[in-house]
Amino acid sequence: MTPEDVRLLSPEIALVGLALLVILLDLVVKQKGLLGLLAAIGLLVPLGLSIWLWMDVADQPDHRLVGIFGTLVVDRFALFFKFLVLGVAALVVLASSDYARHVREHRGEYYGLLLFSATGMMLLAATEELIAIYVALELTTLPLIALAAFLKTSRSSESGLKFLVLSAVSSALLLYGIALVYGFTGSTFLSDIARQAAFLTEAGEIFGGSSALLLGVVLIIAGFGFKISAAPFHMWVPDVYEGAPTPVTAYLSVASKAAGFAVLLRVLYGGFEVFQLDWQILLAVMAAASMTIGNLVAIAQTSVKRLLAYSTIAHAGYLLVGLAAIAPTTADGDTSGPSSVLYYLGAYAATNLAAFFAVMAIANKVGSDQISDFAGISRRAPLLAFALALSLVALIGVPPTGIFIAKLYIFGSALESGLLWLVVVGVANTVVSAYYYLRVVRTMYLEPPTSEGAVPTSASFKLALGVSALGVLVFGFLPGPLLRLVELSAGTLGATVVEYVGLLPIG
Amino acid sequence: MIQEAAVWAIFLLPLGSFVAIALVIRPFLNRFSGLAALTTITTIGASFALSLVALGSVIDNGEVLFAPHEWLSLGALQINLGIILDPLTSIMLVVVTGVSLMVQVYSLGYMRGDPGFARYYALMSLFTASMIGLVIASNVVQLYVFWELVGVCSYLLIGFWFTRPAAAAAAKKAFVVTRIGDLGFLIAILYLFFNTAAFAENGLNALEIADISAGVQLGLLGGTALTLMVMGIFAGAMGKSAQFPLHIWLPDAMEGPTPVSSLIHAATMVAAGVFLIARFFPVVEASVHAMQIIALVGAITAIFAATMGLVMNDIKRVLAYSTISQLGYMVAALGVGAYVPAIFHLFTHAFFKALLFMGAGSVNHASGTFDMRYMGGLRKYMPWTYMLVLIGSLSLAGIFPLSGFWSKDEILAHAWGGGSTVDTVVFWLLFAAVPMTAFYIFRMVFMTFHGEFRGGVEAEEQDAGIPSHQGEHKVHLAESPWVMVLPMGLLAVASVVAGGLVNPVVDILGIPAHWFADFLGGKSDIILSLAGLSLAVAVLGIGTAVFLFLVPNLLPGPLGAPFRLAHHLLSRKYYMDELLEGGVTRRGFYGVGGGSLDWMDRKIIDNFAETIGWSSMNFGRVVALLQTGQAQGYVLIVTLGAIVIGGVFFAFMWT
Repeated sequence: MTPEDVRLLSPEIALVGLALLVILLDLVVKQKGLLGLLAAIGLLVPLGLSIWLWMDVADQPDHRLVGIFGTLVVDRFALFFKFLVLGVAALVVLASSDYARHVREHRGEYYGLLLFSATGMMLLAATEELIAIYVALELTTLPLIALAAFLKTSRSSESGLKFLVLSAVSSALLLYGIALVYGFTGSTFLSDIARQAAFLTEAGEIFGGSSALLLGVVLIIAGFGFKISAAPFHMWVPDVYEGAPTPVTAYLSVASKAAGFAVLLRVLYGGFEVFQLDWQILLAVMAAASMTIGNLVAIAQTSVKRLLAYSTIAHAGYLLVGLAAIAPTTADGDTSGPSSVLYYLGAYAATNLAAFFAVMAIANKVGSDQISDFAGISRRAPLLAFALALSLVALIGVPPTGIFIAKLYIFGSALESGLLWLVVVGVANTVVSAYYYLRVVRTMYLEPPTSEGAVPTSASFKLALGVSALGVLVFGFLPGPLLRLVELSAGTLGATVVEYVGLLPIG
Repeated sequence: MIQEAAVWAIFLLPLGSFVAIALVIRPFLNRFSGLAALTTITTIGASFALSLVALGSVIDNGEVLFAPHEWLSLGALQINLGIILDPLTSIMLVVVTGVSLMVQVYSLGYMRGDPGFARYYALMSLFTASMIGLVIASNVVQLYVFWELVGVCSYLLIGFWFTRPAAAAAAKKAFVVTRIGDLGFLIAILYLFFNTAAFAENGLNALEIADISAGVQLGLLGGTALTLMVMGIFAGAMGKSAQFPLHIWLPDAMEGPTPVSSLIHAATMVAAGVFLIARFFPVVEASVHAMQIIALVGAITAIFAATMGLVMNDIKRVLAYSTISQLGYMVAALGVGAYVPAIFHLFTHAFFKALLFMGAGSVNHASGTFDMRYMGGLRKYMPWTYMLVLIGSLSLAGIFPLSGFWSKDEILAHAWGGGSTVDTVVFWLLFAAVPMTAFYIFRMVFMTFHGEFRGGVEAEEQDAGIPSHQGEHKVHLAESPWVMVLPMGLLAVASVVAGGLVNPVVDILGIPAHWFADFLGGKSDIILSLAGLSLAVAVLGIGTAVFLFLVPNLLPGPLGAPFRLAHHLLSRKYYMDELLEGGVTRRGFYGVGGGSLDWMDRKIIDNFAETIGWSSMNFGRVVALLQTGQAQGYVLIVTLGAIVIGGVFFAFMWT
């Protein structure tokens, strides 16, 4: 590792250092509450380093820096996800302060695992090499499995075990796919793969080369499909989400999913652009299936956590619509599909976090996550109920909230790509989803309360919920800044693709 | 030259007042609800001052252009946030903030001691901000957002005393009826959305108001499509400005607090429809058919509402029908192309009608009732209110030299000079409404202020059989406090001078002739003989009122058989409520339309929907069956999923 490599890796190094520091301090600090505060404040260091790299990257001719033998890529796309992951991690850490009392003994490990997982997510978005992607994926997933089982209740342990078994299966699919791709292209670097795949396709090697390669692509998509909880790889989601500690569920549903989409975008647009029309139809079908299954099954749920679990499956479907939108929409040949996905991820992060945080506080107080036990909560905790109602309404995609703009953007790009049928499915699903989201709102506001007592929350929790709820509205009222950011970030993704096309041997 | 930030401040100050009251004062400082009033009056006062600066700037430099800010840009669709500061907007700003300021001060007295005092001021701040946002909006999306927001505020304020069933019902009625019109407006906006590409080819943005006019000139919009789009816009205006047959919500809206009626349902929001047509006037003008329809609807509304005003016994309802009638004048004026007279009448009407409503509120403050049959003789107890209401009434009746005389006669002159059949019909309808206006408003003055006092709310409750509350005197015969009289006085001054001095027919006191018309960039004048004639018939109307209600102190009833029938018809409002609610809605909509729809609904839609519901529920159940909780089963599905996907791909490859 050269000093330059260290500099490029500095946000991740700082994050690992912070995780270790929190775990070590847990041994000596008596006031455990300080640990969460330290973790949250400590996240400013990697954030600062990422901002520093962002400014550095802006000065580069092709807006990217490459290190560690070409495996580590620092471009705006990677940095966008660093910002997103760090922001989500900070909010989850802050919101955990109330919940962490349940895990009095191992609070240091709790925060430490959260931060290790964040490191993996940041790396996932920052590499263009398949082995490094796999390692980063495991670094993301293993701490999450431990966190899912953290409560040591039977539900929580079940959740952790299922997560472990199913992610092992998905890893196997992914590795098999990677092996196939490596076998036929002779490289694990996405740029080489893109070049080789184009060459094979052009040479007419359909049966000998590209079809097996295509199987590799299908298996890789299946492996990541698990990560982003897309149908038919979504089966683990409701069980794991329900059993895991609620802050971990929130983290899983937002950060882990964002990292999955980051790496899918990288692999599909960076390595397998040649197969565009093939994976477009695959992703479109997966999108339709995820939206429909997620929304229809959510209607039948009685637990708020399971309802939100199915809702995240449905949202994975909406996001896949953006992934399937491959047609160029701008004058310089870029497609707006990827940038619409990034916008959706940002808006969705704020909204889903707000929803889960509010559910966490209310369920903690009423001692249940059944929808019926949320009755009349608007009178006991008006602000929490308002935050939950706001985020649920926002999840439908009603103006003026962030997800409305995001859906407009994603469906717009899909229309440009000729996916009218998929947009129709998406809009119909949006209507269906209103039913179960509003059912929760109605229960909270219109039904008489079943028990009494206010819902106390800590200051750091209020901060986390307030910031998320503010995000819901800001991304809806003032979409401009985030739109510019995602266009810049996705632009570098397009730039690398253009670069590969220029290198194609067929000219 | 005014800065852009200053114009935004006009809008943001009352909005900030709303936020401060809703988020800080009401939750934490509700005991000091006076703070809410103070915040509102200060911020709206500052907005008024800035509006005057803006008006001055436009007078000196003409329209001030600000580049719009991009709000959202997705592909070809670009939505901006921007300000139009042209003569029309600058006049509207002064009217809105000026009247609002007067109303807020007046409300200090009228709403004193109300438990919802802070909520009242929060909503009034929000309404004022929304109304300002509406008049400065530079594109249709922005305009539509505020258009709906003023509707929401109106709904919330009509239903301010929501524990009274009548208020809740009136609020709902207002909201639903105006929404019918809004649907037309929305369709017009959607039509523009679909034309985004055609506009973009010419470097125009289909959603920017200025670009829409340019597009019409370039021929991007035209023919029947343009007429239909204009009719959509006009439908929105009909709902908001209570034009026939969508006028039925406005009289019921009088259930709201009287200052609300004064601000929203007399001076500003109901004028938003007129403003909307004026804003799109270059577009509207391009369609001759639409103009004719607008003119006729306005004229019919003017006379129709005036006849109903003749017989109402509720003082606020007399004023409500009067407002509908006067809005009809404005709409008809726009329809015959009299742009300047229409805006001029909007301007003068805002002042004298707000004044008259405040007078009604002041009278209610003393007598406790709105029913004029239980008033009478109040002249002796509240001389100031009497004098000020008299000024407002004379202005409304169109008596020289008060403001209503000038603006109304300009409309009449323009319609007379138009020459076409439609213009002539419109002229005669409007002319016939002149003596009626004078009659009903002086009937109101005489029934309220002259004769002997008839017991107020106490007598009303006695007649209705409601037991009177022991020892509680609801009737309080005295002049209203100065916070209520002072704003009325200022509005009365405006009612006197806003006509003759703003748009004089000859140079006077250094004000050039036709100053207002030149400012708005149009023409207006009065025809002397016509003005004399209309003045004469107005005096005739007043004379009839004197004869019927002052001299023998006759109350309606002993008027003779032929009149009784007419009276009955009018006092039941031509059975419009029954026709629209019972006939059109219940029998036509629910009965004929509903019956066939019901059949379709039950036989076709329901079966279809039930099939969908049934299949989705079963689909959910089947999927839930798969969700066994067994990890092995999940692995199986994941693997099967991957195999199916791979298999399908290979099948496609080999074919």
